[in-house]
Amino acid sequence: MSLPRLTTHEMAARLAADIPDGAYVNLGIGMPVIVANHVPAGRQVIYHSENGILGVGRSPEPGEDHDPDLINAAKDPVTLIEGGCYFDTAESFAMMRGGHLDLAVLGAFQVSATGDLANWATHDATYPPAVGGAMDLAVGARTVYVLMRHTTKDGTPKLLETCDLPLTGTACVSRVYTDLGVFEIDRDNASAHVIERFAGVSAHALQSVTGFKLVE
Amino acid sequence: MIDKFWPDMAAAVADIPDGASVMIGGFGSSGIPFALIDAVCAAGPRHLTVISNNTGSGETGVSALLREGLVDKVVCSYPRSRGSVWFERLYQTNAIELELVPQGTLAERMRAAGAGLGGFFTPTGYGTALADGKETRMIDGRGHVLESPLAADYALLSAYKADPWGNLVYNTAARNFNPVMATAARCAVVEVGDRVALGTLDPEAVVSPGLFIDRVVVREQP
Repeated sequence: MSLPRLTTHEMAARLAADIPDGAYVNLGIGMPVIVANHVPAGRQVIYHSENGILGVGRSPEPGEDHDPDLINAAKDPVTLIEGGCYFDTAESFAMMRGGHLDLAVLGAFQVSATGDLANWATHDATYPPAVGGAMDLAVGARTVYVLMRHTTKDGTPKLLETCDLPLTGTACVSRVYTDLGVFEIDRDNASAHVIERFAGVSAHALQSVTGFKLVE
Repeated sequence: MIDKFWPDMAAAVADIPDGASVMIGGFGSSGIPFALIDAVCAAGPRHLTVISNNTGSGETGVSALLREGLVDKVVCSYPRSRGSVWFERLYQTNAIELELVPQGTLAERMRAAGAGLGGFFTPTGYGTALADGKETRMIDGRGHVLESPLAADYALLSAYKADPWGNLVYNTAARNFNPVMATAARCAVVEVGDRVALGTLDPEAVVSPGLFIDRVVVREQP
């Protein structure tokens, strides 16, 4: 059975709709950075980049003159908005760990019913593990939202009773935005409250591709 | 008169011995001391421990040191950037040791070394494989991991401008690890785009005070 699923941009737009005006936000590399393209007009969001930028702006246009040193966490060229500033890595991570960022949006391989996050290592031992700033964001941002597909490509649930991949952080995820719905993790009861089920997705179908109990 | 400028890159790195620990500034290709790294490759010290956020890309930067077989161990947070082929080759043949450190912990361990601290407790990594074997403590109801200071024999750094005392300013996001590494190395060597006269840098805008800097070399303009 194939479920109607949101596209990546639709997922990003759904999450972007929940970012409050005036928030300081770190977007993880991969799918989360797309969220920046979908923040509703009239809402001001200040983006933090781990390599030492507050006020990350749009990508430079092709052919536009740009500063090669000015890159984001994914090492892609970016610009600085008016009022933005630079700082070193130690200060950048003090912003994260110190609870000064309102929100981090992270990608994930797996999220558990108690809000554990696994997003940095797989079981493939030939591939070097890489953690970057993920563990610091997981523990440090005031709120952590995960943006990910609901299942792996072969249909295996990514929302699980417990993660079997190496953890990035424990009990750190508040909400998960997938291509099937939006979920508030209930850490105390090891379940999740369904905030939204997208059109055409039945409660039964959703539960069947989720590894822990959903509460409608 | 204090003047920390050296005549060329080769002279500034000539005394790095076999077995030295070397911090290398930069994030991706931003703020990497490419010319100093080339000079180290030419000098050829072996069995180095390289401490850097990434492991280079393509054939330049940290990748060049790896390709030349000069590095026994890498301490880094993200050795999986696009084009980091030399690290991957060495890793897959067990020809290099990797100490993986969360990025904020990496920076703070350097800060601790530079600031004369014996370590710190951080919530980062608590309950994960990167905390295995480390002392932990509950602080205000939250799990923390004890991390140790991280110093190095040398730091190879990149900055925008320096004055003769080694006061530094940087260009945009090229700052990244460079200032904190300057504090944590016994000998901090910096390549800069420009030498400026004493008194011309705005004292309010100096990012790395010159006392942290030992040697400065002007890089040739491409």
